[in-house]
Amino acid sequence: MKKELKFKVNGQPYEIYVKPKTLLVEVLRDHLGLTGTKRGCNSSSCGACTVILNGMAVKSCSMLALQANGAELLTVEGLARGNKLHPLQEAFLDHGAFQCGFCTSGMLMASTALLKENPKPTKEQIKEGIDGNICRCTGYNSIIRAVTAVVKGEYKEAK
Amino acid sequence: MIKDFEHFAPKTLKEALTLLDKYQDDCKVICGGQSLLILMRQGLVAPKYLVDIKGISELNYIKDDKDGLKIGALTTHRTIEKSPVIKKKYPVLAEMETKLASIQTRNWGTIGGNICHGDPAGDPAPVLIALNATLTVAGTKGERNMPAEDFTLDYFEVALEPGELLTEIQIPAPPPRTGTVYTKFNIIESDLATVGVAVSMTLGSGDGVCQDVRIALGAAAPMAMRAKKAEAVLKGKKITDALLAEAGEKASTEAEPISDIAASEEYRRELVKVLVKRMGNEALARAKRA
Repeated sequence: MKKELKFKVNGQPYEIYVKPKTLLVEVLRDHLGLTGTKRGCNSSSCGACTVILNGMAVKSCSMLALQANGAELLTVEGLARGNKLHPLQEAFLDHGAFQCGFCTSGMLMASTALLKENPKPTKEQIKEGIDGNICRCTGYNSIIRAVTAVVKGEYKEAK
Repeated sequence: MIKDFEHFAPKTLKEALTLLDKYQDDCKVICGGQSLLILMRQGLVAPKYLVDIKGISELNYIKDDKDGLKIGALTTHRTIEKSPVIKKKYPVLAEMETKLASIQTRNWGTIGGNICHGDPAGDPAPVLIALNATLTVAGTKGERNMPAEDFTLDYFEVALEPGELLTEIQIPAPPPRTGTVYTKFNIIESDLATVGVAVSMTLGSGDGVCQDVRIALGAAAPMAMRAKKAEAVLKGKKITDALLAEAGEKASTEAEPISDIAASEEYRRELVKVLVKRMGNEALARAKRA
């Protein structure tokens, strides 16, 4: 039997009906068409499915969608302001912080959550912040450089 | 694929217990689901009814007074890791949480869920056993308490009767001159323990004799276990390196590890031997500073 799920994704309210077994990543990708969130390992190891729920980074492959009832979600689609990319997105581009790009949305969301909680993290803290995210191209150094550039204030938030 | 189930989301403990009483063995409790959903996805667990307790806010708290610490079963790992009172008075708990999986998992997963999952490689159980914690479980007929060391029974099996729910973890205020430490050996940091060891040591006043010691092992037996023979080696003695080495040997023989993808039985026994000695030394250093 389907149950009602009411929540906000990137500021937009949704009211949909889902089977209880539906995972949050499935609702985002298959029901709402927000395919920026990736489904990688499916066992909460890789972090590609990371989204921000009520301010906290969570792995959307390891959460029942119904547990997001009433929540406010932020996915990679919600980072940009109109045509203006989020500072982290700009920095990722400038620093070549991806090769294949599969981990990128998860890396961006983990970094966004980190900077919200701690706007001035050290390099060690940045590493900790993306500890739950795997980049199989092993491009960690450029990701850390990109986040560091944002921390240093080299990229300004869009108004 | 996950099999279909009926989903209930009670908002109070009373509602949850009524549902558990009604569905007994046909239902499974989910909280953060960081462990359960993996098993459900593999088809190893396929409940008809799922009682989702994540929204029961009355079970989400940290309280501290002179007698000790009380943690509601629904408290997330991340909340424990960040709690100023835990960092100050029970640092071993916060240190353990920092190494438990990833931030994302700690944000949603709960300490109660972790213990009830009964994975012998889980981090919280050995630490709670070393800290001499008591667990409260509730059912429709009332509550009962048990020491944390009696809660873990076997692989993925804990001492909950059908219809019962873990509600609270109580940790007694540590006696003066007590030091508690935990470490786990693993290849990838924040992975599950290949072997985990927690040691809590209390020294006598002035003489520096080990008055009390609790040694708990993770991933070294079908359940998180106390290494009582190793404790007996140290209790009542002035701690020396030789004595700690002997305790490590004892712990290594009383452990019952298995061989699996992470390590062989022999390797795990060796790890127990080394880590019990190492953690014994660290607990001693902490107890002296306390």
